[in-house]
Amino acid sequence: MAKKESTFINMVATLFIVTLVASTALAYVYELTKEPIEAAKLAKKLEAIDAVVPDYDNQPVDEMFKVAVGDGQDSIEFYPAKKEGKVVGTAVRSYTNTGYNGLVVLMVGVLPDGTIKDIEVVQHKETPGLGTKMESPKFKDQFKNMDPSQVTIKVKKDGGDIDAITAATISSRAFSAATQLAIDTYKKGGNK
Amino acid sequence: MSQWKNFTKGFLKENPVFVLLLGLCPTLGVTSTAINGMAMGLATLFVLLMSNIVVSLIKNLIPEKVRIPSFIVVIATFVTVVDLVMAGYAPAVHEQLGLFIPLIVVNCIVLGRAEAFASRKSFMSSMIDGLGMGLGFTFALTLLGSVREILGSLSIFGFKFMEGDGILVFILPPGAFIALGYLIAIMNKFKKA
Repeated sequence: MAKKESTFINMVATLFIVTLVASTALAYVYELTKEPIEAAKLAKKLEAIDAVVPDYDNQPVDEMFKVAVGDGQDSIEFYPAKKEGKVVGTAVRSYTNTGYNGLVVLMVGVLPDGTIKDIEVVQHKETPGLGTKMESPKFKDQFKNMDPSQVTIKVKKDGGDIDAITAATISSRAFSAATQLAIDTYKKGGNK
Repeated sequence: MSQWKNFTKGFLKENPVFVLLLGLCPTLGVTSTAINGMAMGLATLFVLLMSNIVVSLIKNLIPEKVRIPSFIVVIATFVTVVDLVMAGYAPAVHEQLGLFIPLIVVNCIVLGRAEAFASRKSFMSSMIDGLGMGLGFTFALTLLGSVREILGSLSIFGFKFMEGDGILVFILPPGAFIALGYLIAIMNKFKKA
């Protein structure tokens, strides 16, 4: 088969057909993968919520409400976990932009009496091997069952009570800041 | 060239990473663990194979002057397919590889094979070339990822074989360069022998 000549019409027609076929194929794949992608995102959210609140029997994701932080910042999402209609804990999706590589998102589990049950790291871009240690129990467990009114959630270098991760003070600071934001916002409007 | 030789050249003689030094951006960027390296390699393998097949099939229908744009559209389509499928079915890996998946579009190996090989050779040869090159790339990335994971986190494919922290630098970007340099040196020695 001889090669097609590069006339104007030929070129326009070829590119048109190639892009048309490509976009049709992509639309099809998009439709096909839409549901699994949504499901994967939801599963990840639920996994983080499950890890930080006590047993519940409602749908925290459906009952999600937002509380404004102010100063033009994104509002914070609250996922109330209820058992037999009573709130047993709230998963607070807090964040900070002060991580070593920007955004750090945490899921902070707050019990009705204001203590922290547990914290899960949802999203971050910290340095592998250094900042990523904030996911490790050694650092994270400092926050377990913590009563925020008794301690200062700041790293020791800044006059607080949190042991920072060696060589990752900025990540530790970001983690503390996001936790503090979660607690403050919870006090402001999450205590429903 | 026999088809067997055509297939195996991607591993040693013309290995995309160790010999041609193509596609170094994902090579250095994602190989902090063996699993990441392998996932990246397999994603590239799929794109390379499919784009080689399609390009070799449509090569006679494409006018000479618009062949690069057409090839890029074909490659971009397959990359987006990989991106969507991974986001849906392997979200954990997808998150780890992040931006590097869409960046397969501009990976020199993919366009390089489409332009230098698939647009001139038959369907069969192109398919085998894509498969061989893709596996060679996967092999290289998995090897580099394994070396970095073993030295940097004392584990392999996520399985920790020793307590402790390992040599941190191998997890960080400079470690990628150091490990790759040594691997290339070893490969060169191996090739000459």
